[in-house]
Amino acid sequence: MSGMTGTKTKGAESRAGRGLRLLRSGAVHLAYLLGLPAALLALWWVLAARSTNFYYPTLDEILAAFAETWFSERIVDDVLPSLGRLAAGYLGAAVIGIGLGVLLGTRPRIRALLEPVLEFFRAVPPPVLIPVLMLVAGIGDTMKIVVIISGALWPVLLNTVEGVRAIDEVLSDTARCYGLTGTARLRRLVLPGASPQIVAGLRQALSISIILMVISEMFASSSGLGFTVVQFQRSFAIPEMWSGILLLGLLGFALSLLFALFESRVLGWYRGLRQSQRGEK
Amino acid sequence: MTGTKAAAPATEYSAGALAVRGVRKVYQGSGRTVEAVRDLTFTVGAGDLACIVGPSGAGKTTLLKCVAGLLAPTSGEVRLGDARVQGPPPGMAVVFQEYGRSLFPWMTVGANVELPLKQKKIGKAERAALVAQALDSVGLQDAPAAYPWQLSGGMQQRVAIARAIAYEPKVLLMDEPFAAVDAQTRAELEDLTRSLWRKLGMTVLFVTHDIDEAVYLGERVLVLSASPTVVMEDIDVDLPAEREQLTTRALPRFAELRAAVYGHVQRAKTFHSAAAAAGAGDRP
Ligand SMILES: Nc1ncnc2c1ncn2[C@@H]1O[C@H](COP(=O)(O)OP(=O)(O)OP(=O)(O)O)[C@@H](O)[C@H]1O
Ligand SMILES: [Mg+2]
Repeated sequence: MSGMTGTKTKGAESRAGRGLRLLRSGAVHLAYLLGLPAALLALWWVLAARSTNFYYPTLDEILAAFAETWFSERIVDDVLPSLGRLAAGYLGAAVIGIGLGVLLGTRPRIRALLEPVLEFFRAVPPPVLIPVLMLVAGIGDTMKIVVIISGALWPVLLNTVEGVRAIDEVLSDTARCYGLTGTARLRRLVLPGASPQIVAGLRQALSISIILMVISEMFASSSGLGFTVVQFQRSFAIPEMWSGILLLGLLGFALSLLFALFESRVLGWYRGLRQSQRGEK
Repeated sequence: MTGTKAAAPATEYSAGALAVRGVRKVYQGSGRTVEAVRDLTFTVGAGDLACIVGPSGAGKTTLLKCVAGLLAPTSGEVRLGDARVQGPPPGMAVVFQEYGRSLFPWMTVGANVELPLKQKKIGKAERAALVAQALDSVGLQDAPAAYPWQLSGGMQQRVAIARAIAYEPKVLLMDEPFAAVDAQTRAELEDLTRSLWRKLGMTVLFVTHDIDEAVYLGERVLVLSASPTVVMEDIDVDLPAEREQLTTRALPRFAELRAAVYGHVQRAKTFHSAAAAAGAGDRP
């Protein structure tokens, strides 16, 4: 309830007061965000401190290896290519998923026609495609990007279809009455209307993309994070291997933070709407 | 019609003449068919203001959707000017009964009102003026930066009305537009509707539950029967064009018309059961 009045009187609030409150809520947020990871890291450090097991090096060793391994030309040789493939695959999946999803969501006939085929492809685990794709697309970047797309596409596609179908009928009638057709309809009604579901799909697709990026690099590859981790493991460079895993974890964490930022931008209205609905009913 | 209207010359707005001919609408659901509207025939002259009253579930919304070109009638046709309505015609605005769902929640109030004007390719400066003017006339001059979900139900309804009038339509369809506002605002919006109608000379089709409102607002009142629906009565409202909440409602003629419409609406509820009692029972 206080959230409701807060939004209603936001014009009256002084700018400085708002800035201060934002800062404070940001600090609280950060504490929540980093509290548990910090505790877990401390626990790891304590538990591994007296480890003499070759496969479980101490955290100090891992961190030392981390700095040595990754703050070097590996950034350019392995990290950036990985990120490039990840970006290409993820964006490819997003564009194809949203485009196809809008088409299927607005055309029931095409949906009925394609649905069984799509269900089949969705059921195929993408790593299985790697050997096949190696035959068709070689072992270069194309193959890896296609693998990422083939896995990350589905959550985006299916969520977009759902989102487009769930657009309010009254809203869609309103748009028709006022002459919103073609691209205007797409931009002003369909995409924003389906955006809550589309964003949910994009969030799932992000973690799938990271997984597939790593897996695709473990096959017949000569660069990338997945390749490097496997390489370290095979050459018994255990602290380095662990540091690679740590880096992947951090990468996923950073990307999901970035995504949360994007989400709060795009879906600010949706949060407000939900809040006001909960306040009233 | 009443000869007292102050609307613009009829020729200029002849495109706004509405003709509903033999419209029937049957909803085909899964295992359930509903004959919402049986046979509706009436015309509304260009620049006329007709109110439609009828019991809940009579098919008023269905009729309005058919007129708006949002729903294809099962049989019969709707004509606007000399063209058959097959999709939403340009220059027609609709205020929906579910006003809360008809506002774009991702746009501010101002953007909601402005959007149809953008589609009409109106220049930026003129758009801004129209938006400000429309919001002002519904008493929402302070709200353009708010989002619809930050407003109360009645305020949302007024945004939907502002959007329709900023559009300057030739035909305005309103589906129980004042159901969610308080009595004071309601009276103001009724007067606003009439003054806009007289100023812009558009054709207005106004659906309401409220008999008083229908008589006060309309130049004509169409009474629909209960579902399956037909037009039961078509009453000419011969009140002066200049209407005022207190004096008009106090006129003896107002009371007479009100009583007449009330009688028809009462009869509308039992219209079909009376017919069924006479032998033609086709409803369960
Ligand atoms: N999409 C639909 N599918 C099936 N039946 C429908 C549909 N829309 C309306 N109906 C039915 O058609 C009939 C008329 O509905 P409609 O909404 O037109 O009535 P109304 O006169 O506007 O009622 P109210 O005054 O309560 O708004 C009702 O029996 C309703 O159940
Ligand atoms: Mg209705």
